[in-house]
Amino acid sequence: MTAHDASSNASRLRSLLRQMLLIRRFEEKAAEVYTQGKIMGFLHLYIGEEAIAVGAMTALEPEDNVVSTYREHGHALARGISPGAIMAEMYGKANGCSGGRGGSMHLFDANRRFFGGYAIVGGGLPIAAGLALADKMQNRNTVTACFFGDGAVAEGVFHETLNLASLWQLPVLFLCENNLYAMGTHLARHQAQVDLARKAESYQLPAVSVDGMDVLAVEAAVRRAVGQIRKGEGPIFLEARTYRFRAHSMYDAELYRGKDEVELWKQRDPLAAFQSHLLKEGIMVDRDVHAMEQEIAAEVANAVAEAEAGPWEAVADLYKHVHTPVAP
Amino acid sequence: MTTMTYREAIRQGLREALHDDPRVFLMGEDVGRYGGAFACSRGLLEEFGPERIRDTPLSEDAFMGLGIGAALGGMRPIVEVMTVNFSLLSLDQVVNNAAILRHMSGGQFSVPLVVRMTTGGGRRVASQHSNSFEGWYAHIPGITVVAPATVHDARFMLQSALKEPDPVFIFEHIMLLPEQGAVDESLGPVDLRRAVVRRPGKEVTLITHGGSLGKCLTAARTLAEQGIEAEVIDLRCLRPLDMATILESVAKTHRAVIVDEAWRSGSHAAEISARIMEEGFYSLDAPVARVCSAEVPIPYAPQMEDAALPQPTDIVRTVQEMISSHG
Ligand SMILES: Cc1ncc(C[n+]2csc(CCOP(=O)(O)OP(=O)(O)O)c2C)c(N)n1
Ligand SMILES: [Mg+2]
Repeated sequence: MTAHDASSNASRLRSLLRQMLLIRRFEEKAAEVYTQGKIMGFLHLYIGEEAIAVGAMTALEPEDNVVSTYREHGHALARGISPGAIMAEMYGKANGCSGGRGGSMHLFDANRRFFGGYAIVGGGLPIAAGLALADKMQNRNTVTACFFGDGAVAEGVFHETLNLASLWQLPVLFLCENNLYAMGTHLARHQAQVDLARKAESYQLPAVSVDGMDVLAVEAAVRRAVGQIRKGEGPIFLEARTYRFRAHSMYDAELYRGKDEVELWKQRDPLAAFQSHLLKEGIMVDRDVHAMEQEIAAEVANAVAEAEAGPWEAVADLYKHVHTPVAP
Repeated sequence: MTTMTYREAIRQGLREALHDDPRVFLMGEDVGRYGGAFACSRGLLEEFGPERIRDTPLSEDAFMGLGIGAALGGMRPIVEVMTVNFSLLSLDQVVNNAAILRHMSGGQFSVPLVVRMTTGGGRRVASQHSNSFEGWYAHIPGITVVAPATVHDARFMLQSALKEPDPVFIFEHIMLLPEQGAVDESLGPVDLRRAVVRRPGKEVTLITHGGSLGKCLTAARTLAEQGIEAEVIDLRCLRPLDMATILESVAKTHRAVIVDEAWRSGSHAAEISARIMEEGFYSLDAPVARVCSAEVPIPYAPQMEDAALPQPTDIVRTVQEMISSHG
């Protein structure tokens, strides 16, 4: 490796850490302002799963499409949507990335080809396959990345979509974030086949699993998959094994899992693990981490300030956006 | 007489049903280990065990169908769908099987199935989680559609529903769950086919159900301060409709306003309005009015959601306009 390669590799690694750290601190702040009533309704935190969004988005091109779920702050941040626009959306402000109409579960950004957070479980899968169909029919060399949870695998639409995508060889990456729980129901209590890649594979598409707590492993797996898909080799199913550190949403008594189980997984915290890796390899020193933390704290504070300062949409505009305005 | 929350009333109703009839079981997403998405079945898994408190995968179409099959097979299933929004995934089993099996089989098979789900908006959970589709269900012949608007009804409607030989759908409004109210054990079972007058009045009839009852009662209090006495009817049952109670009231007040959180076009509110016109036209002093949700997907932002949903002030304004222009 030349000196130049080494330094560009180091800056790439630092950027991965930075993105994960941004998601973590952003969501911690979101949880805090939620308790103050600034964010309302549901708030599904991604804490513990950051390596997947960051690893995956790094391996995508700007012209690729992204389809996500209601647990999508991490995907949105890693895709480059501004933290201020996301925070403002969670506040319900007009300067939010969905104009305040969607909230935490429904982030959208056309410029970043972020086609939204979908909150009917499984609902995003066929939409992703449809985007891929459009790309294929228009000879575009793009990939659609579709994120969903282990719970979605039980829905009929998962099976219908995988079958169709495989049958029609659509350029879509099905990225299953298996955090072992669908709300309070453990994988083993909602799936007869708990090896999700084995299950997906029956639809005749390549299906692999990756350690979702390891950002480099996720990045490599997604890069490989996306490369194959872009070559026209059809859809791929990728399972990222992970764990949700927080409650399902903000209300959840967590009766369904033990504290010890959560603690055990926290020892595999993807952020802490990657940070110590970079420190150990000498790619960063403590001072760099500290500086990064400060930068991110400022960025998150700015996001909150943007949300606080943002305007409420006028009630007179209630009927806006139901239909596309047509020229008379 | 005891006081409890609507949520606790549902839980006690479930407990009683499971206790009284070994054929009864509860099935749905997170009803067991999690204690119910809205804590309506907390403790039931521990008390009745996993055979009778069944956590399902996220497979709405399948577990609705399993409920139908189990009912055909002699059980008395209670299927819980977390919210009406997700019930769209199981609507095929409802419309094409549960509702029509009795008819299609020439009366040989009936489906004694009870389905419960939450409905309604107001929780700042945006367009995919705030719908009120109980009126859609009321479109379907072959099923009974009820909506407990009080804690007492939440406690006892299940008991009555389980006695029905055909499918009953119970819609529990999401905003009512933490509400406190009285339960009167001495009143006996709830008659699923009778609407009730929750407040007597003589100038206008407000016709409503579920989560909108409280809004109507609030509006009625405001109107009373202005000298307008509104009668408030809680439909209880959306299908079949208790037209006798509605017509009796309208014959007295000569004015009717229907209040419903669903959208206006093609709605259950439209159905009630048409029936009043068909059966009570000559009692009316003014055209029937409706207060429904704005015809937009329910938005997240609080000021927008509040503007989209019917509010007591909208009801008051509608009544005032009706009385001033058709005094
Ligand atoms: C069709 C449907 N059923 C039920 C729900 C309620 N619900 C929301 S999230 C969730 C669990 C989903 O689990 P999973 O797919 O594993 O995603 P995770 O929340 O773990 O990220 C459930 C049951 C829903 N939103 N949509
Ligand atoms: Mg999950």
